[in-house]
Amino acid sequence: MITILNWTALLIALITSVGLLLQRDWRVGLGLLATQYLSIFWLVQIHWPVSMAAGKLVTGWMACAVLGMAQLSNSNTEESEAAWPQGRLFRLFTAGIITAATFGLSLRASNWLGLSLPVAWGSLLLAGMGLLHLGFSAQPFRVVLGLLTVLAGFEILYAAVESSTLVAALLSAINLSLALAGAYLVTMSKEGQT
Amino acid sequence: MSAPFLWIFLPFILAGILSLLRNQKVITLIACIFTLLLTLAAWLLPLDTVMTIGGWSFKLTSSLNILGRRLVLGPADLSLLALIYGSAVVWFVAASVTKSARRLNSLGLAIVALLVAALAVEPFLYAALLIEMAVLLSVPLLFTPGKYPGKGLIRFLIFQTLAMPFILFSGWLLAGIDANPGNLGLVQQAAILIALGFTFLLAIFPFHSWIPLLTEESSPITVGFILWMFPTVALFFGLGFLDHYSWLRDAPALNNILTTVGLLMVVSGGILAAFQKHLGRIMGYAVIMETGFSILTINLAKSVGLNLFLTLLIPRTLCLVVWALSLNIFKGHSPSLLLNDIKGLVRTFPFATSGLVLANLALAGMPLLAGFPSHQAIWGGLATSSYSIVIWALVGSLGLFFSAVRVMTAFSAAPEGAHWESHETVAQRVLLSIGFIALFLLGLFPQWVLPLWTKLPAIFSHLGQ
Repeated sequence: MITILNWTALLIALITSVGLLLQRDWRVGLGLLATQYLSIFWLVQIHWPVSMAAGKLVTGWMACAVLGMAQLSNSNTEESEAAWPQGRLFRLFTAGIITAATFGLSLRASNWLGLSLPVAWGSLLLAGMGLLHLGFSAQPFRVVLGLLTVLAGFEILYAAVESSTLVAALLSAINLSLALAGAYLVTMSKEGQT
Repeated sequence: MSAPFLWIFLPFILAGILSLLRNQKVITLIACIFTLLLTLAAWLLPLDTVMTIGGWSFKLTSSLNILGRRLVLGPADLSLLALIYGSAVVWFVAASVTKSARRLNSLGLAIVALLVAALAVEPFLYAALLIEMAVLLSVPLLFTPGKYPGKGLIRFLIFQTLAMPFILFSGWLLAGIDANPGNLGLVQQAAILIALGFTFLLAIFPFHSWIPLLTEESSPITVGFILWMFPTVALFFGLGFLDHYSWLRDAPALNNILTTVGLLMVVSGGILAAFQKHLGRIMGYAVIMETGFSILTINLAKSVGLNLFLTLLIPRTLCLVVWALSLNIFKGHSPSLLLNDIKGLVRTFPFATSGLVLANLALAGMPLLAGFPSHQAIWGGLATSSYSIVIWALVGSLGLFFSAVRVMTAFSAAPEGAHWESHETVAQRVLLSIGFIALFLLGLFPQWVLPLWTKLPAIFSHLGQ
């Protein structure tokens, strides 16, 4: 049963991270990110106590809320990306490459770190998709989504090797601060344009 | 009271209070006086000794426990604290004559406190988390409200954030190496992760592009502060790694890696600076070059000790402050900082022009100026190992020198009959004049800052020997 849930969490991470890459609507993006944190919670609680893993979930949802509130006040000004390429097919193709590459890496990583495959793959997948996201966009909102995804991937892996409360607290603070920095950039840049 | 409370928590709390205030003069005054007091305290107060002032006796303990981890500021760290807070005073005073004073003083103080915490935390690998927090706090400092965030700021955020996972994960591997030193595979993996982490953190090629972009798009004085603070702390953090892990210090490949990386930064920074048309970008490339010189001096530490690395710090601070302040003055009066738009400004901004050119020449290692003694010593040190290395390092310095000549030519291209006048404010003139004098004095009498250099190596138990 637990194994099925682990694989389900991985599947959610895959769907949400690919969805984040493809979507253009910020509301959908934040919904996907919030769902992504559910899978992160599940993959982290394998190695951490549920109470500490729940901290990640709460922090992630708070980050989503912060970003959502910032976007809400400026929802009419979604800029289009000047950078190439923009096609969804291309993004899907690159997401496929990342999925395949991280699967190959996770086989080795799971052996090396002694982790289950869903944890190793989920972690590397999120980090890879986040990096891909960062490569596709220079908009503050999307960059923050990408960075939060990269950090989420790292945190899953790091949770398996480090269970310090201070580190967990600092990582949560960093996630929240990142969301606040993103919200600041979104709000203040748009405020000046109106 | 504990030293971490005095030099970390207290400035952080004050920074929070300052951010609530509105009056720029009050904020500047409080920040400058407080930072100056912290500098004096670091210079004069002994640690772990009972002191009696009047009828009141107290002891400044060196450590503070938080959630099972420790913040430690020992007696050896006091000179580093004096250097960091002393330099912060210089930046805050320089910023007081610009429009960025309010944000720089409050956020800057918080950033300094966080970065000091990064140097104090034990185990020291947690520093990556605190550095990341300082990076996130820098975002509002570097961003100009009302404008769209530039590529430089976005890349700064991305690259500095990406450094953290690599360093944290390498920490876990390093713990494994401590337990099993013979595992060469683990050593290799840890070394790769550390290298990647510091490549992002120190903006080493090819992750350096945010520096010139940021110097182009943000306020020069705030960018200058960030470009002084972050590389300095990252370099000390890196030295901490070398000091702590003997396998890393004694790795045969380390010399070649440090030489290649340092030289690459010096040469690319210098040559690219020579061909820039934007004054801000030239400063950015000069910073890249200076980081390269610091990396080269780390490589020389085995033969001549850390003194070369340390001697670069004060002249660099001074040069960057003068350079950034001059740029800030031009930014407020010129349509842009492109060479075409600053033609002939020597007639109307003689102090800012002189400051910019002198700082540029000093960082290029021009004789009689602050950068010369340290750069000459580096060239000498490099020459003992290889002439080709020193020639490449000189090519980099020559590039920066050439950029100073280009800037000077543009500044002096005034229309015929233009009158000499000074549009700088009195405060700007006074500060820049002090800067010129200091640039010359440090060039002529570098031994005046020797007391600081003699104490600083004690921070590192192995490298400092």
